[in-house]
Amino acid sequence: MSSVALEAGSAWDARAAAPRRPARGLGHAVFLSAAILVAVALIAPVASLAVSALQGSAGLWPHLVAYVLPQALRDTVLLLLGVGLLVLVVGVGTAWLVAAHDFPGRRLVEWMLVLPLAVPTYIVAYAYLDLLHPVGPVQTGLRHLFGIASPRDLPFPEVRSLPVCALLIGFVLYPYVYLPVRAVFLLQGAEVLEAARTLGAGSARTFWRVALPLARPGIAVGASLALLEALNDIGASEFLGVRTLTVSIYATWVNRSDLPGAAQIALLLLVVVLALLAAEAWGRRQGRYVAGRRTPQRRPLSGSRAGLALLACAAPITVGFVAPAGYLLVEASKRVAFAGVSAGLARETLNTVLLSAGATVLTVGLGLVLASGARLYARRVPSLWLRAAGFGYALPGTILAVALLGPLAGFDRMLAAVTRDLFGVTLGLLAGGTAVALIYAYTVRFLAISIGAAEAGLAKLPASQDEASRVLGQGTLGTFRLIHVPFAWTAVASGALLVFVDCMKELPATLLLRPLNVETLATHLYGEAARGTYEDGAVAALIIVLIGLLPLTLLSRLGPR
Amino acid sequence: MAVRGVCLVVGFASLLAGAIPAVAQEVNLYTTREPGLIKPLLDAFTRSSGIKVNTVLVDKGLAERVAAEGERSPADVLMTVDVGNLMELVDKGLAQPVASPALDAAIPAHLRAADGRWYALSLRARVAYVDAGLGDVQALTYEELADPKWKGKICIRSGQHPYNTALIGAYLARHGEEKTEAWLRGLKANLARRAGGGDREVARDIKADLCDLGLANSYYVGLMRGGKGGAEQKSWADAIKVVLPTFAGGGTHVNVSGAVVARNAPNKDAAVKLLEFLVTEEAQAIYAQSNYEYPVRAGAKADPIIAALGPLNPDTTPLPEIAKNRKLASMLVDKVGFDN
Repeated sequence: MSSVALEAGSAWDARAAAPRRPARGLGHAVFLSAAILVAVALIAPVASLAVSALQGSAGLWPHLVAYVLPQALRDTVLLLLGVGLLVLVVGVGTAWLVAAHDFPGRRLVEWMLVLPLAVPTYIVAYAYLDLLHPVGPVQTGLRHLFGIASPRDLPFPEVRSLPVCALLIGFVLYPYVYLPVRAVFLLQGAEVLEAARTLGAGSARTFWRVALPLARPGIAVGASLALLEALNDIGASEFLGVRTLTVSIYATWVNRSDLPGAAQIALLLLVVVLALLAAEAWGRRQGRYVAGRRTPQRRPLSGSRAGLALLACAAPITVGFVAPAGYLLVEASKRVAFAGVSAGLARETLNTVLLSAGATVLTVGLGLVLASGARLYARRVPSLWLRAAGFGYALPGTILAVALLGPLAGFDRMLAAVTRDLFGVTLGLLAGGTAVALIYAYTVRFLAISIGAAEAGLAKLPASQDEASRVLGQGTLGTFRLIHVPFAWTAVASGALLVFVDCMKELPATLLLRPLNVETLATHLYGEAARGTYEDGAVAALIIVLIGLLPLTLLSRLGPR
Repeated sequence: MAVRGVCLVVGFASLLAGAIPAVAQEVNLYTTREPGLIKPLLDAFTRSSGIKVNTVLVDKGLAERVAAEGERSPADVLMTVDVGNLMELVDKGLAQPVASPALDAAIPAHLRAADGRWYALSLRARVAYVDAGLGDVQALTYEELADPKWKGKICIRSGQHPYNTALIGAYLARHGEEKTEAWLRGLKANLARRAGGGDREVARDIKADLCDLGLANSYYVGLMRGGKGGAEQKSWADAIKVVLPTFAGGGTHVNVSGAVVARNAPNKDAAVKLLEFLVTEEAQAIYAQSNYEYPVRAGAKADPIIAALGPLNPDTTPLPEIAKNRKLASMLVDKVGFDN
């Protein structure tokens, strides 16, 4: 790789003679039409939301300002601060431990640290309320231990509270930070880290002065994914009694039949999120990150330091994965012994995997094309546009799903009119209420992840290589195929695995948009949870977690070891 | 690779099957009721009529989905819980009138629309779960839940939940906005914990000694006591007794599950047949026994566990009036910071 980079560098010296713009041709046309198509598909839901919002909502805002926003803003900000702090400390801390140190059990925790992503936040909330409730096993055990009779006499923090909600969400979402930051430490760290050590910096100093600044892009990408997911969470927040802005969007829409009002709040939230993302991108605009040649020498730890490191890694794994997954295992086995396995489960599993796989292929392909295109046409496409393409992640799931209803119906109407006029055939719905709607929804929702992954992969590719490729006669498509795809492959694959797991866990859009008679694991689980029989859904929840383990295991094995 | 490709194509083709217009002898049901609750009813319908029921469980956005699908929507029957959700379907023009002597005969007039645009299919009361150890609490009014004597003793789910906004809507119909707001403030002041969780949490929290009483729906008592939720939930139900509260000088607040025939139903005849089946003695018995709801059909019996809660004397506020008050109820919940 580095030798190619060197050659590319010398070719770049001949820039005066090189064409400044990408060569026109087939590739250019493909990119352009793909971009236009994607842009239309992505803008459609925002446009439909805007149309809703414009229908007006009399008296909504004075009400919100007086009674809702003070509390909702407070809860939202506190939740995001809590989750943000937690994913940073846990994600960066564990990444640093496993990437720069060696200790007994390191290889195991390095893999297991990814696993909390397999557990949907709504399941974590149910699981912990059960585990930590005054009549649950933990408090009952503690009371037995101390000989306390009444639950009121055991001082125990309230589970249904904002701090616990932030804690739980943080402990399942920190892998979003852990993954890219670990990759940065492993990929880029070697030379600089060793230089720092040679120059006499201790472990702590190396971390604060060298490693942490290096990891900034990874931190930014990972933390923004985690924060957006926390912002749009409805399952855990509502269940644990946290009144975020997202919860008030639902109250406005559902209880007051005021979709325009809900759309207004959602759009406002979207604007704020995009502004924050833009600020974040601007903040690290000068950053240049180049791939290193090899992984760093790990510093061996022994004795109590090794024990502490292992403990620090085991704690988030336990909270975010072992405890909830163990809980599901126990509940699911109880359920199977009590009522057997429901007949539809195999079919639901297949549906889940097929839909997720289909959506992943599309999402990742688009993400790579968009990130690559933004790079190839960097002069004309501001990077903010690329951020905007990921807006689907910044909207509450059901609001996005409702916003997709209009465009899907419009497409169906158009198609029906065409087939009727041309062929005299009356069609049913081909997009709305079919798998097409679901895959579209997943793609819009999770494009941010795949764009982020592709961008991160390409960021390490020196710009000179693009120029070299052009000098050597490759057009847009050639550069994409021969340079970008192979280079970004690892990052893109890890993005794909994340998208797949997220599609499997996705609930609100799946619930609203799926066809008749089609259930997925998530909707099955919802059906049980909605009537208060969480334990009936435990089997489906466990399968979601188990299937998620495979891609997540692959994910932790991708890239440098 | 080729084999995998074929599998994928077949898989997607079957997922796309929802797009194919329904053939005769099928009926398409969009429901916010959980499949586990209604499946026994639908299976019985298919057995007796030979009509296949295709279902999709939708939560928030049922009305928006049907509206967007427009005139080619496959939906025949829309089924939901809570009178506010039911009336919303009517108000948005998603229901069509039905004329059916069988439905009219089975369902009392105040539980259906005069023009057949909506029908209630089952009833549930908003009752009080009370610590079984509190022997002196035999009767309650909704009004007295705001009494400071219950300070720090009441558990309830989010005030924004439809079960609560409907109760508040009924309170509004009876007492007006000012008194309802004062009542909500009093109730809020009496809460033992932040409003949240589900209705069963009330029983569990009473067992855990977090609170003395709370409001919840009647059928959960049956589900817990009947053992369907397992041994643990049975122990929650054993910790409580149930009191049917009334409005002062009135009856107990009752909400409904119900259905409408969709405006653009492609299988209208089958849709009406399904509704007619759901109020037969056979189906109403299933509602009562497997779901522990009160039947709507005059003369049909509630499950023994539910009947043991005592005679139900329903509040007489018309359902559409309760539905109309939902918006104001929801805004009052915000205004008094009920969920904060």
